[in-house]
Parts: sequence; C-alpha cells; structure tokens
Amino acid sequence: MKINSDFFPLTEVASRFVNQLAQCRRLGLTVQEASEHHVLIELPYSQDIIGYPDTGVIHGGVITTLIDTACGTAVVCAILKKYQSLELSPTLDLRVDYMKPAEPHKSVYAFAECYRLSSNVAFTRAIAYQDSIDEPIAHAVGSFMRISPEMVGEEFRQALMGNLPGAIA
Amino acid sequence: MNELTNTNTQTGLDVQDVVKRAIELNDYSYLLEKVPYSQFIGMSVARFGDEMVFRLPAKDDNIGNPILPAIHGGVLAGFMEMSAIVQLMVFMQAKKVPKIVDFSIDYLRAGLHQDTFAECKITRQGRRVANVSMNCWQTNRKQLIATARAHFLLD
Repeated sequence: MKINSDFFPLTEVASRFVNQLAQCRRLGLTVQEASEHHVLIELPYSQDIIGYPDTGVIHGGVITTLIDTACGTAVVCAILKKYQSLELSPTLDLRVDYMKPAEPHKSVYAFAECYRLSSNVAFTRAIAYQDSIDEPIAHAVGSFMRISPEMVGEEFRQALMGNLPGAIA
Repeated sequence: MNELTNTNTQTGLDVQDVVKRAIELNDYSYLLEKVPYSQFIGMSVARFGDEMVFRLPAKDDNIGNPILPAIHGGVLAGFMEMSAIVQLMVFMQAKKVPKIVDFSIDYLRAGLHQDTFAECKITRQGRRVANVSMNCWQTNRKQLIATARAHFLLD
C-alpha cells in the first residue's frame, strides 16, 4: 500500500488523537492519512481479535471499533480545520453493513469522511476494505453530537496540539 | 508454517459440540473461551433459566474517551454483537457461528469506566436470518447506555 502522509497535513494530529484511546493502542490502529475531508486508518490482523474461531475471521465488533474511531477522527479533523478548535464528539448512532468477511492474516483499512457538519451534529460515512476500496468489507454511516471546545481538557489539548509543526492553531 | 498450523486447528473446531458442552456444563465461559475477541475485551456471561445476562467488567484497555473516562463505543458495540451471537448459538444449538449482516447502535449515554451489562432478545428467527435486539446498561437496568439491533445469517 502506497502512503504519502506528508501530503495530508492533519495526519499527525489524527494520529495523536487515536493514540490517546487505550482500546485503539491495544488494537494497534495507525492513522495512514488525514485531511479536513477524510481519514484512513489501518487495523493489523492479530489472533487476539478473532471472532469466528472456525475460520479465523476477525470479529465484527473490531470492524465497528475501527469504523467508529475513523469516523470520530474525521469529525475531529473537519472541526479543527473549519473552526480552528478542538472538539471531541461522542457517537450518537452508527450503522454498519457487512458485505463480506475480512480475509484472515491481512490488515483492514477504514476510509471515513465527515460529509456534513451542522451546528449540533456531524454526519459521517465510512468504508472498510482490504485490497481495494471497490471491494468493501463493510459500509457504515454514523452521526456524532458536537460538544463545546471547553469540554476538552487542557491536558488533552496539549497531547494533541503541543509542539505541533505546521500552521494549525 | 506456524500460521498454517493455526488455521488448521481453527477449522477443526466443532462449534456444535462446544455449544452442547457449554449447555450441559451450564458453564458458558467454556464457549466464550473459544472466541479470542471475547477474551480480548474480557466479557463473561451468566444464565438464569431462559435468561442470559452478559457482563463486560471495567477494563483499562477498553477505554476510548480518556477524559471522562468512558468505554470505547466500538467496544460496547462489539460486546453487544458478541452477546447476540452467544444468545443465538445457545438457543439454536448452532452448527456454525452466526455471521453478522448488519449492526445498528444508538448511544444513549456515556459508558463510564465500570461494569457493563447486556441482554438480548431474538425478535425473529427465520430459517436463514435472525433479527436480534440488544440493550446495554451499567448501574440501573432502566437507564440504558446503548441499544442496538442486528441481523445474522444462520446457515
């Protein structure tokens, strides 16, 4: 997979955000790309997350976690770029359709975008895939509640924005 | 080579036998032990007659929002999905693990860093597909933190 993170200026912030989440560290999620329009996250395969022991296919819950994280990160990025502020939006709802099982021993990628940002709600959609985005494993839509930037603690803000190279305020 | 051997032992698993033994022993940890993901999030289950209550103990690794702190929404979803799968396997004596088709979850309040419980209802079970709804709570069963519905392929 070819990756050029230099081209996507929010990759560092998105990566720091995902690394703040214990479950995501445990799963080994890594942000490949992030911009104001999209986020791409990789989930590596591991024996620990198998949900179908008869085939070695990973659990749907892990895909949901990956997608929820990717959509949430896309919201953080979209708000950051549009309002120059840090907001952490909790998920309101999420619907995932599973098209086919993920192939064992291979990473799963989630491509998420925040396609509409209203004053109270952020709307997102995502696709999870392995070899090609045209052969999706799962397709999802989710909405997120916007909360005020004051709800984000100084410590967390520092963890995400501290010593950040580039022009993001 | 190692991976190949693992795959072979996985395919050798007799799901029907595992479910049967779990029901006979009335010990469902035996069933959950066979699914690595349920160990990964640390869930367990207790059966009271025809009712099953699933439990997700407070676990640092399951945290998503570090500020509150709160359980990752995806972990809650995974916990509820796994609960539905177990419920289906036990009450159908399944030959195979039911396959998820779609999963839809509404988050009602933050899942705090404490024990979480879930119960499932098989709303409709057809020959090929089953519809299951799930509720999830923490301190009070009437104050749900999340509710979800899903379809599973049975085969």
